[in-house]
Amino acid sequence: MATETASLDARPARLSFAIYSGSVVLITAALLFFAFRLYLMSQPLFGVILLVLALAFGLVFGTGRFYAHRFILPGLSAIGIFILFPIIYTVYLGFTNYSSFNLLDYERAVAVIMRNKVVDQSTEQQFLVASDPADAGLYRIWLPDSGLLSDPVSLTDAASAALNPTATEPATLLDRRDAVKLRSGLQLLELVQPDGSVLRNSGLRTFADVQNEYERVGEDQLRRVADGMILTADHDSGFFVDAEGNTMPPGWRVGIGIDNYKRIFQSEGIRAPMARIFVWTVFFAVASVALTFAIGLLLAVILQWPHLRGKAIYRILLILPYAVPAFISILVFKGIFNQNFGEINLILETLFGIRPEWTTNGTLARTMILIVNVWLGYPYMMLLSMGFLQSVPEDHKKAAALEGASALRVFFTITLPQIIPPFLPLLLASFAFNFNNIVLVLLLTRGGPDIPGTVIPAGETDILGSFVYRISFMDSGQQFGLAGAITFLIFLLVGAMAYTNFIAMRRAAAKRAA
Amino acid sequence: MIVENPRELLIKKFLAHGFMLIFIALIMFPFLVVVSISFREGNFTVGSLWPENPTLEHWYLAFGFDYTRADGTVIEPPYPVLRWMWNSIKIGIFAGIGVVTLSTISAYAFARVRFRGRAALLDSLFIIQLFPTTLALVAVYAIFDALGDVSPILGLDSHWSLVLVYMSGITMHVWTIKGYFDSIDSSLDKAAQIDGATPWQTFRMIFLPLAVPILSVVFVLVFIGAINDYPTASILLRQENNLTLAVGARLYLNEFQYLWGDFAAAAILSGLPITIVFLIAQRYLVSGLSDGAVKG
Repeated sequence: MATETASLDARPARLSFAIYSGSVVLITAALLFFAFRLYLMSQPLFGVILLVLALAFGLVFGTGRFYAHRFILPGLSAIGIFILFPIIYTVYLGFTNYSSFNLLDYERAVAVIMRNKVVDQSTEQQFLVASDPADAGLYRIWLPDSGLLSDPVSLTDAASAALNPTATEPATLLDRRDAVKLRSGLQLLELVQPDGSVLRNSGLRTFADVQNEYERVGEDQLRRVADGMILTADHDSGFFVDAEGNTMPPGWRVGIGIDNYKRIFQSEGIRAPMARIFVWTVFFAVASVALTFAIGLLLAVILQWPHLRGKAIYRILLILPYAVPAFISILVFKGIFNQNFGEINLILETLFGIRPEWTTNGTLARTMILIVNVWLGYPYMMLLSMGFLQSVPEDHKKAAALEGASALRVFFTITLPQIIPPFLPLLLASFAFNFNNIVLVLLLTRGGPDIPGTVIPAGETDILGSFVYRISFMDSGQQFGLAGAITFLIFLLVGAMAYTNFIAMRRAAAKRAA
Repeated sequence: MIVENPRELLIKKFLAHGFMLIFIALIMFPFLVVVSISFREGNFTVGSLWPENPTLEHWYLAFGFDYTRADGTVIEPPYPVLRWMWNSIKIGIFAGIGVVTLSTISAYAFARVRFRGRAALLDSLFIIQLFPTTLALVAVYAIFDALGDVSPILGLDSHWSLVLVYMSGITMHVWTIKGYFDSIDSSLDKAAQIDGATPWQTFRMIFLPLAVPILSVVFVLVFIGAINDYPTASILLRQENNLTLAVGARLYLNEFQYLWGDFAAAAILSGLPITIVFLIAQRYLVSGLSDGAVKG
């Protein structure tokens, strides 16, 4: 780059070259540093990705050979990291037991179990905290039951203090509330009794002889100190198990092969609701596209009618549902469809004396979600239709009308066949969008009402995407592994759709070009 | 013009306007209800559509002020709406800047720069674009959960993480902007090339200034998309003060504390600016969408 601009003015070029190479080196170094940090934090996978990114960046921007790729690298890395990698990673998670029970890696799970304590009840006694009269930042611990007073401690870091027999209670005892504020320091404190045994904080008000419940006796074995029971790490299931086969939480994340898929296809409690959700998802997407398209097109046709006045104002009012942020309109609908005090039921009751059960009846909930989606979606179709309708030549319609064809006939034989082909890719895109329209489901019904008799929560209005969301992030134990497996199945469906859409677009583009 | 029977035409006009008015009345119903409720007393009361004792209570609360009722009780705002709005706007702006930068450069590369594998990349980009990231939420959660150990800036409950996730929106916009660049006369960049401009200079001096209109459209589109996102924000953000509007607004209508009136005022307050931005931009948005979609 420097050589090309050198002819203009040598000095700024040299300066900008220095800045350029400097920043390339800096960014590469920063990326490498973070890659290394990730590796150290036992995230080798993310570390490697960042390492590849760092090397690619240094190579493309640091050498002249890949000049053209400088333009494409940032975008490609973004797509790779933020789209491709999550997709692949989701599929990978589908082959693991990653869930709220198996959240951590092995060493961390061990660390959590090692933190379990047993309290020797016989040594448990009340304590009080006294501020040290000589030094404002120091405290002494007073154990009234055994008449022991500790050496002064600061209660900021882990510390050990000797206990000494004292006859009189210290005068400067803190009240309970102030003592509770020192809790974090108290938990790190060891008090050494005159006989050498150690007391630790065992509760809000007590100190006692506290021991680790388990000790690590081997790479994969923990021993319970009290009775010598051995827990063995089972790296197939990701849990510690005792001799009887009981598991000990927390577990850790391990690969479990196709178990998640077996669960999906073998457990009636998962397969049956999933099949039902799939059928509803397809129906929901098809119905949404068909209804929004029909209504949008109808409105567009009326708006194009030359004799209609006040088009501009109609148009603005009609696209309002599209302009208002969807999350707000959906929540508004959630409110006005409320079964007990929503405005819709209020009006229906006054007029017809009925109170439809929008939230507890499956069919009505599905009707509601379709109504709301049509409300949200028709303006987009209307706007597109208006564009496409303009491209239909007026002469054809006039000729047909002169031949005596009715307006309806003109529409169905001349107009519609001309706008469907360019519309098709957009309809397919709309189908794909609604197939995964989880914002609507999550905000309006959260999938409810629930389908009875399922192993995992599944609702009458759940679509596949919201079903996965609920398995992963709501009320059913964060079953990420299972969710990953189901997501993979959805990816296959979406992939098929994406490919169909791709072909349709290609055809449309080819037709346009011809 | 085809000659029509004036009487028949009148009936047709009457029917068309009638249909339009009824349809619009139905469509506008939710909006009218919300406006009315935002001035109505209390959060439950089912009253007439026209509030009988209009009150500004919900509006005070939405703007974050305490409200003192006639009987002296002081009501505090239930949620920090303005804070949420600020979060949403901040995230939207950064996501917009990021996506516009990345997608413009990539679009230029696809439209003008020759490199190997361009056609194949374009095709795969098109397929990838159709995979919604909301499906990979589990992975997104796991990734940022892990990255949080390295730096909390890239962890859960960080706005930067969210902005990074929204970068995945670039695929669609690469397409839109590329369509626009394709329509720019190639003699322009040839001339620049002859004068000794590097591809970067051609991009910087010629394409970028020409693309400002489409870039602003893309920016608005990303901005609105980020503000409207619920799924990703809902899994990444935790603390009440950190939420975006889309995640926070839902809290108003939870089963245990149903604040219908407060919600109405907050919804209008936060929805109105976005709606206005959208109405101004929509003319360009739709043409950009349909053009970008069909141009191969």
